[in-house]
Amino acid sequence: MIEVRNLTKRYGTTVAVDDLSFSVPAGRVTGFLGPNGAGKSTTMRMILGLDAPASGSATIAGRTYHDLPAPLYEVGALLDAKAMHGGRSAANHLKVLAQSNGIPASRVKEVLAMVGLDAVARRRTKGFSLGMGQRLGIAGALLGDPGVLLFDEPVNGLDPEGILWVRNMMKSLAAEGRTVLVSSHLMNEMAVTADYLVVIGRGKLISEGSVSDFIERSGHRSVLVRSPDLDRLKQLVMAAGASVRPTPDRPGLEVANMDSATIGQIAAANGVVLHELTPRQASLEEAFMELTADSVEYAATTTGRPR
Amino acid sequence: MTAPAPPFGITGGDAPASRTGRVRPATFLDAVRAETTKLRSVRSTWITLLIATVLSIGISALVSALTANHYASASPVDKATFDPTSISLAGFGLGQLAIAILAILFITSEYSSGMIRTSLAAVPKRGRLLGAKVVVYTAVALVLGEVLAFISFLVGQVLLEGQAPHVTLGDHDVLRAVIATGLYLAVLSIISIGFGTIVRSTAGAISLLVAVLFVLPGVAHALPTSWERAVTKYWPTEAGRQVTSVVPTDHVLGPWAGFADMCVFAVIVMVVAAVVLQRRDA
Ligand SMILES: Nc1ncnc2c1ncn2[C@@H]1O[C@H](COP(=O)(O)OP(=O)(O)OP(=O)(O)O)[C@@H](O)[C@H]1O
Ligand SMILES: [Mg+2]
Repeated sequence: MIEVRNLTKRYGTTVAVDDLSFSVPAGRVTGFLGPNGAGKSTTMRMILGLDAPASGSATIAGRTYHDLPAPLYEVGALLDAKAMHGGRSAANHLKVLAQSNGIPASRVKEVLAMVGLDAVARRRTKGFSLGMGQRLGIAGALLGDPGVLLFDEPVNGLDPEGILWVRNMMKSLAAEGRTVLVSSHLMNEMAVTADYLVVIGRGKLISEGSVSDFIERSGHRSVLVRSPDLDRLKQLVMAAGASVRPTPDRPGLEVANMDSATIGQIAAANGVVLHELTPRQASLEEAFMELTADSVEYAATTTGRPR
Repeated sequence: MTAPAPPFGITGGDAPASRTGRVRPATFLDAVRAETTKLRSVRSTWITLLIATVLSIGISALVSALTANHYASASPVDKATFDPTSISLAGFGLGQLAIAILAILFITSEYSSGMIRTSLAAVPKRGRLLGAKVVVYTAVALVLGEVLAFISFLVGQVLLEGQAPHVTLGDHDVLRAVIATGLYLAVLSIISIGFGTIVRSTAGAISLLVAVLFVLPGVAHALPTSWERAVTKYWPTEAGRQVTSVVPTDHVLGPWAGFADMCVFAVIVMVVAAVVLQRRDA
């Protein structure tokens, strides 16, 4: 259980994290989402006591990170795949971490095998690919078999097999009752990995809750309709108060503000043949875009998303 | 049927089970072990220590041999202040640089690689991390420094013998000067780790070190004599070096007083380093 209370962090005049409060429950994968520069990494650094907050607190099972007697046994973190000395071998990197917390040396071999790096254990990490660095970082996080895990963009640089591996790993870690906080840019990745979401923008909390709540809250739902008599159906549903737009990739209509049952009834009452009637939920990505639209700090101007 | 072991758990029977609370608190000694592994597990350590060895012994031997050859034609003044001990330890003028640079790298490489965040997450008590680094590196510098000092001294005296005055370890103050060479290197290492911690960048810390060791004392020579004497007398590395020679120069603190002066400076640097390390974001 991680508790973040009124956390604020300033770098000069930049307010990186702004009075942020949320909690990360055990037994679930909690996705930590936000656009670039939202303050995710900064928040994670403050949880780990690396950066000092201007005000507020972050605690792990009621204690600050600094007060943990052997922190690697309680919290494992992957912040940055490159947070290691390139001249040191993977096995020695882990040995250093293990020794610093009194973790048995046998554990190094175990975690190297878990992340699939046993073959390159003796190689210096300078030559590692980004994905190998991520795996080594994850191995470091797992060293002390901790109950709390923090991963900052763990799938960054991983191949599809690696992404699947990380996803399954996080799920099983949570299923074992651990607290798992994982930040990502990949909303659709979070949709299949996380059970619970903390969404921030410009350092402020935007939403906290289950994934389905989040999508619901974004209010973006529609029904996909295909019919040989599309024009008539369009007039009918619009007259009944729905809004429509053509589907981009194939002939059909996307109907908003009306559920599929009502559309079906209207069609039947007017003898319109339907070829398809598919309710569709917004993807997490769309919901995310919608909720964070106001807080995107580094929007690409060419796509015209208003700031 | 037995339940399968959790896929990510510690499976060994006697391994500490973190989530059941059976964990012994991490100690300073754990941090010392980790820092020892850090130092041993990178190639640059061994290369730099080899360079320190070659420079210290090689240059000491070279200077001793050349001095021996030219002693006959030396001026009476030079002969009066002739210090066979200092000559046989001449290589440490450069050798100290290699040892100090490695001390700097021991901390600055953590900043340049990003390892510092991993290190501080593993050891959040920052004073402990810094203390462990100082203990490990100072011990290495001390032991290596003593070994190199004795070898350089013995080789140098053999080369001086016959052509110029030479001394033995039994002569007055000679053993003190040789032993103090290792002590000087140990204290210089503490100062260097402090510089590295304060400055964080390798280039910046090395510049600072070179300024303190060579540039500022050199600048002092350009000052009026009275100023020069005051600066040279108390400048930590100049004062500290007096203990490594037998024949005293004029206008300096005594050997141990000079060394104490350098130790005080090392303590000040270390206190500043510890404070900034505590206060700063990693
Ligand atoms: N050490 C620092 N010094 C100055 N500003 C910083 C520092 N670290 C972060 N910031 C600023 O704080 C804000 C939040 O940055 P942070 O890295 O926490 O965002 P993020 O959500 O992790 O972004 P991303 O998704 O791109 O990783 C940004 O505006 C960033 O420029
Ligand atoms: Mg980030």
